[in-house]
Amino acid sequence: MSDVITITINGQSVECQPGELLIDAAERTGTYIPRFCYHPRMKPVGMCRMCLVDVDTGRGPGLQPSCMLTVSPGMTVDTESERTQRAQEGILELLLVNHPLDCPVCDKGGECPLQDQTVAYGPGESRFIEEKRHYEKPIPISDLVYLDRERCILCDRCTRFASDVAGDPLIHFIDRGNETQVNTFPDEPFSSYFSGNTVQICPVGALTAEPYRFKARPWDLAEVESTSTVDTTGARVVVQSSRDAVVRVLGVDSDAVNWSWLSDKDRFAYESGTSEDRLVDPLVRNEAGEFGIARWTDASSFAAEALSIDPSRIGVIGGARLPIEGQFAWRRLLDAAGIANVDAQLNDGLDADVVQGLPRATIAEAAAPGGVVVLLSADPKEELPTLYLRLRHAAVEDGASIIEITPRSTGLSRYATASLHPLPGSVAEVATALADSNTGADVGGVAAASLAKAAELLSSGRPVTIVLGRPNLAEDASFVTAAASALARMVPDAKFLPALRRGNVHGAIELGLTPTSGLETEEMLQACANDEIETLVLLGSDPLSDFPNRALVDAAFDHVENVIAIDTFLNPSSSRADVVLPAAGFGEVDGSFLNLERRLSPLRAKVTAPGQARADWMIAAELGATLGHDLGFGTLDELRSELSNSVASFAGIDWANLDAAGDGPILPALEGAGVALSDIGSASTVAVPPRDGYGLRLVVDRKLWDLGTMVQQSASLAHLAAPAELSLSTHDFESLGVDDGASVTIESEATSASLVVRHDSGLPRGAARVPYQLPGFDAGRLLSGDHAVIDVRVSAG
Amino acid sequence: MSSTGIEIERAAGFVKNETPQIVTSRFDVEDSHTLVGYLATGGYEGIRKALTQTPAEVHGEIRDATVLGRGGAGFPAGVKWGFMPPDVFPRYLVVNGDESEPGTYKDRLLMELDPHQLIEGCLIASYAVGLSQCFLYVRGEMALAQERIATALNEAYAAGYVGRNILGTDFSLDIILHWGAGAYVVGEETALIESLEGNRGMPRLKPPYFPAAIGLYGKPTIVNNVETLANLPWIANNGAEEYRKIGTETSPGTRMVAVSGHVKRPGVYEIINGTTTFRQLLFDEEYCGGMLEGRTLKAFVPGGGSAPWFLPDQLDLPFEASEVGPAGSMLGSGAIMVMDDTTDIPKAAHSLTRFYAHESCGKCVPCREGGTWLERILGRIIDGHGTTRDLAMLLEVGETICPGDFPHASSERLGLDAQRFPYQMTTICFVGPSAFAPIHSALTLFPEEFAERVRDVTDEELAASAVGAVPVELKGVAAQ
Repeated sequence: MSDVITITINGQSVECQPGELLIDAAERTGTYIPRFCYHPRMKPVGMCRMCLVDVDTGRGPGLQPSCMLTVSPGMTVDTESERTQRAQEGILELLLVNHPLDCPVCDKGGECPLQDQTVAYGPGESRFIEEKRHYEKPIPISDLVYLDRERCILCDRCTRFASDVAGDPLIHFIDRGNETQVNTFPDEPFSSYFSGNTVQICPVGALTAEPYRFKARPWDLAEVESTSTVDTTGARVVVQSSRDAVVRVLGVDSDAVNWSWLSDKDRFAYESGTSEDRLVDPLVRNEAGEFGIARWTDASSFAAEALSIDPSRIGVIGGARLPIEGQFAWRRLLDAAGIANVDAQLNDGLDADVVQGLPRATIAEAAAPGGVVVLLSADPKEELPTLYLRLRHAAVEDGASIIEITPRSTGLSRYATASLHPLPGSVAEVATALADSNTGADVGGVAAASLAKAAELLSSGRPVTIVLGRPNLAEDASFVTAAASALARMVPDAKFLPALRRGNVHGAIELGLTPTSGLETEEMLQACANDEIETLVLLGSDPLSDFPNRALVDAAFDHVENVIAIDTFLNPSSSRADVVLPAAGFGEVDGSFLNLERRLSPLRAKVTAPGQARADWMIAAELGATLGHDLGFGTLDELRSELSNSVASFAGIDWANLDAAGDGPILPALEGAGVALSDIGSASTVAVPPRDGYGLRLVVDRKLWDLGTMVQQSASLAHLAAPAELSLSTHDFESLGVDDGASVTIESEATSASLVVRHDSGLPRGAARVPYQLPGFDAGRLLSGDHAVIDVRVSAG
Repeated sequence: MSSTGIEIERAAGFVKNETPQIVTSRFDVEDSHTLVGYLATGGYEGIRKALTQTPAEVHGEIRDATVLGRGGAGFPAGVKWGFMPPDVFPRYLVVNGDESEPGTYKDRLLMELDPHQLIEGCLIASYAVGLSQCFLYVRGEMALAQERIATALNEAYAAGYVGRNILGTDFSLDIILHWGAGAYVVGEETALIESLEGNRGMPRLKPPYFPAAIGLYGKPTIVNNVETLANLPWIANNGAEEYRKIGTETSPGTRMVAVSGHVKRPGVYEIINGTTTFRQLLFDEEYCGGMLEGRTLKAFVPGGGSAPWFLPDQLDLPFEASEVGPAGSMLGSGAIMVMDDTTDIPKAAHSLTRFYAHESCGKCVPCREGGTWLERILGRIIDGHGTTRDLAMLLEVGETICPGDFPHASSERLGLDAQRFPYQMTTICFVGPSAFAPIHSALTLFPEEFAERVRDVTDEELAASAVGAVPVELKGVAAQ
């Protein structure tokens, strides 16, 4: 490190790091300099001029924008000089000249930087008597965000966020001078997965989010810090409530995880908590086959009865929705009852042993300057959007290189150094070619030149992080793990980020809600269909919607005798249960969360769970008590100390201070846990059938806005799921000879359907892609049958 | 009828005189804008000579000549070139042809009447600093200039003066013509670079103060004014020593000035730098020939619309930055606007302020909000609705844009001492202060013309007249 720089701020000597901005140095040492446009996570633009302070660098004092000025030795700063105060008053007066001052009806009133800084630094009187600028009052710039251009002070925060952070430059300044305004391009909404961040960083009430508009006043809000559970990134959030309902979720600047950014799903999916469809009472199916509201004792007796059978005839599917504490309680219950068939994943992720065996990277390591990131996963923008932002930043700002080895182009393709799109079933072959330096010829639909470029980067000696996930539901998971094994052989120091997507799935894996000695989900469903499993427990899972092989899950539900569902909603699967136990959801229980880095962070209760809904650990304890098992805890604290005593990786956790522990601790890897990649081998365990000349290899991947419960139960998000469409590579599309948007027929062994077809230049020749769980067509229907890959035929008409 | 099909008056506004002509020598030559006309008058001899020297020698010659930048700042071109970090390539030359300072029209004539001279200047500069790509940014409104340069470039490419292996040497240069979209602020070099890159024409933040290190596409970039480059062929031909014989030690050579307003012969003149006085320029027969019949000089703007105004007291100042600065103004872009005794001073100031407020790019607050507010307050005063408080407010809003003392000329009549140029500013670039400069000059030098237009008001009157203003009685409560 270079030497510390000493400067003087308001007469106090202050030590700074070289390159540190004056505004940051001042704030760090206790002197707040007012600002509007400056945001610590974005490049300074120096537009608002609010942060002008008196600076003397040896040429006499003068006003300089502290957000643009890096500290230099001997710099003398006066943030309270008459000249500074005069400038602050002047700038605020000018900012207010065209501001409507409609604070009493503005959502931002009470937490508004413009309001606060006007009180603190403003002139206290308005002299502007001319007519103010007028624009149409709030205009929707996307489905979620409204823009009031009269309130806007043109600080460039939202526009900078859109172009520099999210990479979705869909809002921009238009017109000039006094007429400058922020707006979208005509007929092109600000449809970014990250639009809500612009609302959070707006220093005035110009941007408001549909779900929060006019819902509460800031002084009525109470808040706790928690963790987003919508995906495995574990973005840190603040949950705010008013009148015992969650009304807003804001991002917290966690240096390790999300840098204050959230996806719109992180931000707005809290709406599902107050959905009308929320389960509030235990339900038991009566003799007429209809649900009736039951008391907890009756419902749990009913459930206990169904569980009082040979444990090998019981299957438990799910557990990824639960907090760590709920997962541990269920682990205890299953152990006590001798139930071995449990799987938190629905055969749509990765083998739990593989995940546990991966040498783990942190997000910060993956996004470190100068690193190499390999995407061996689905599109992070669709599945783990906050992780996408960090990886994008690494590639755009910090010189990280991205190699994508994915079935089709991703949100990071624009920033990728090498884009390899192997045909389904070929990814292991491609990775093996890289590992063996066989880059002289095309492999699996990947051009030799791309292979060579990727191989060169991988062997450059730069630190490598592999983002390993499940890129394609129509392709056996063993292909991608075999590919990971090959790359690990090539780069022995490579670290991994397992890009599983479902909430707290890493907690479930850590706590053994995995088919270690029992059946995995697919096998359980098969066993149900074969009448070998009698009682199926759905632990917050919905196989009827989520399990890829739709025919199998239908058969399983037709045959299984008892279904016990523990859930927050009545979904297609829990609707077919015999007993439904209502669980408390996000913001309703205290607990903890384990993200894809193995970072433990708090989940906090802010509001009361609706009706009779209970925390998952209580449900497990209740069922245990009914079944005559003492799980060893009666309170959350007792549970946590049991957890620390019995699971080695939780041994040192300071539970009392978890909430205050900043970014949260990374759990140590369990000794001997999981399977090492080197033991897997880089050849897939399943054979790839040859492709016939007419077939197209199917890619089924996910979109952020889909028919998943969390999205669909959030009023503002539900309609964002776009209808399913089929995409084909340019070549295959052209040989089909139809127009973009025409209706075509897709046929698999299991089904045939009519779908709108689109041309997709990011798809390799010979592949066909249909996204999963979208309105209009259930891609799960194409996935029936036990195949390593699935071939479909597409025909015009 | 010219060959372009657009009819213009030959050498519009240009008046030939007896002073040495460095850049305007072809202004009265028929077809000076064609390659034939240019070659017939010694064209492309400068680059021919330069190519026999090393780039460092050419650079040294230009540096020794001390060609002051003619865009407004007056920074020596040779020194500016030296700021380029060595060994960083590619590097670019950008020609600032976005002349849009009110009253300035010298570069337009250079581009319309002698485009090859500019191209040759680009060649010499590019050779001297070792670059192979030059961007010629022409203001959007200058259709004829753009057309003439385009034609000239085609001719020069065809004849081998531009392109690969120029004149058989291993020096190659591409000149790319870019047509601006019409924004005054793009005359600011970093905003011009932004515009050239396809972004909104907004100034970049400083530091870096010069684009020489980080400029176009993040590469070392020289931005030179059209007139600056037009000087280079002459210097290449005649040498720095000859150049320095003209003008003064600190301001050698000649410079072009554009005079507009109430003189007998407004137009563009090439004058001796540093020695010619404003009085000579405005009153000598070889230049403007004095005020219009029966009029007297009231005030003049010595260096473009944003320069503080001078009074007749300052007529004997020479065209020398080191004399004009302490007197309270600047030479700027070489535009002189002459106002006679019939001029309505508040209206003149309003006209200039309106221009700068309209041309604000909207990036920083003091300019975006302050400029327009100034324009509206002044408009109110001119319309007869102003009060004495408005006059104070004009200065206070101006002080938010330009804190501290704003420069102005001395005035014997008012007993004012000159306030030295330059000034401080809270804005990113000079557009904001430019909106205030005319108001400040007008108010400082002609207070009586404002005083007669405003009336004094009481607090109560002000409160009653103000839309949405705080009622007087509440104000008292709030004060407690």
